[in-house]
Amino acid sequence: MSGLLYTRFELTRVLRNRRFFILSLGFPLVLFFLIAGPNRNVSDLAKSGISAPLYFMVGMAAFGTMSAMLSSGARIAAERAVGWNRQLRISPLSTRSYLRAKVLTAYLMALLSLAVLYISGASLGVSMSASRWMAMTAMILVCLVPFAALGIAIGHLLTPDSIGPALGGGVALLATLGGTWSPLPAHGFLHDVGQLLPSYWLVQASHVAIGGHPMGAEGWAVIAGWTAVLAAVAQRAYRRDTGRV
Amino acid sequence: MTAIEARGLRKSYGAVEAVRGVDISIDAGETVALLGPNGAGKSTTIDMLLGLARPDGGEASVFGGSPTAAVDAGWVGAMLQTGALIRDLSVRELVAMVASLYPSPLAVEHVLELTGIAELADQRTQKLSGGETQRARFAVAIVANPKLLVLDEPTVAMDVEGRRSFWATMRTLASEGRTILFATHYLEEADAYADRAILMAHGRVVADGPTNEIKARVGTRTIKATLPGADLAALRELPGVSSAERRGEAVVLSCADSDAAIRALLREEPDARDIEIVAAGLEEAFVELTADRPAAPGEPVALGGLA
Repeated sequence: MSGLLYTRFELTRVLRNRRFFILSLGFPLVLFFLIAGPNRNVSDLAKSGISAPLYFMVGMAAFGTMSAMLSSGARIAAERAVGWNRQLRISPLSTRSYLRAKVLTAYLMALLSLAVLYISGASLGVSMSASRWMAMTAMILVCLVPFAALGIAIGHLLTPDSIGPALGGGVALLATLGGTWSPLPAHGFLHDVGQLLPSYWLVQASHVAIGGHPMGAEGWAVIAGWTAVLAAVAQRAYRRDTGRV
Repeated sequence: MTAIEARGLRKSYGAVEAVRGVDISIDAGETVALLGPNGAGKSTTIDMLLGLARPDGGEASVFGGSPTAAVDAGWVGAMLQTGALIRDLSVRELVAMVASLYPSPLAVEHVLELTGIAELADQRTQKLSGGETQRARFAVAIVANPKLLVLDEPTVAMDVEGRRSFWATMRTLASEGRTILFATHYLEEADAYADRAILMAHGRVVADGPTNEIKARVGTRTIKATLPGADLAALRELPGVSSAERRGEAVVLSCADSDAAIRALLREEPDARDIEIVAAGLEEAFVELTADRPAAPGEPVALGGLA
């Protein structure tokens, strides 16, 4: 009853849903090639000291992993739509095991998205030391925790037909305000808003390994705060979500 | 031992009172049909018995504890009314996945055989037909090896063959001492497979008793005829007629013996025209059961007393 087999089958299901799989991994990939491809020979993008392929690879890694984590919401909403959520409720599967399975599947998608983008980056000439690759990956994975909770929360709060637009718009908004595509202004309203968003710090975290500023206490506090709030919301949303959809 | 004990269950959704004070007591090992038309409150009652809905009033217990505790102990298997299957697993994998959640499940292959889906075991769940999906959902419910099996309109979407094998399996499960509660709006199913039927209408239990009594009660026919100025009291005295009521210019006679009643009617009231004789549906039976004496909440009508 540890829910291990449940988790294993959940992972299997993600990998088998080819349309979902290809679209969620393919979109950031196409975007990366569209943006970074024409600039592949720019070695110092806007005097940042970073090559264009690397800069965009890192930005797209933040975007791709964020989408991957939130896509668990779409899967949850689909399960609720067919009543599977209620079926699970009349089994001894614990809240903890359920949430763990959902978080792990979201991370699996995020890792695959990273792998695809890293390989694509390398194909455009990105090269770093192994320790930098590892450090960057680790920072991203840690800063994705609040997004895991957010994905689960919206999956249980939104209806299957509203989750599409919510995800599309939400990810675009979080990515833009987080400075995924281009750096945010150094001060002003957008800057202030960005500082409060987990997506901003996700981008900062992924920049650390490639020469960005180390992430200060403020960044960790924002990530931790969002994690605490969203985890509570996700758990509550799951517990209350026993009705017919 | 009592499997299910519910006292004064109430549940409203917004302004709609779905369940208005339901008392149900089911002993371990009983097979009980929860019978009623759509909107009677059967599914909401089941949701409360399974801990999926919190009652606004009253209390439900399963095997002496809360419904949630029984669910967590793995004692309950259920096939809910609405529901399909999650996609991207084979039927065997799906059943195995559910089995892994329970402390002492049945063997997966055995369940696949029992529910007649062994030959579909390697198919993806999204490729199944409606009837096959229902069988797979049944497999998901029983692989739990439950002490209490709850099924909400299980045979909807099943073909004739599917129904037959479904009920054969149910008999086997019942003979193993499991408690079974199934909701249906088919009187025949209740009659054939349950020891006892609980009739619900408008959120209340309107009758509760052995299925043969229910059948005698509900298995009547109705004669409808246009007969202006009819004397209802005289009509009620006709042989075979158990009750009579006026609907505009027409009268409606509920009959225990419609053959005797129609002969008597034509003899006594030669002017009667536009005559129809129909088997009373459950809907009519409920109207009749509730019309005679409005059942107060928590006060089911004793069947014997009504007939």
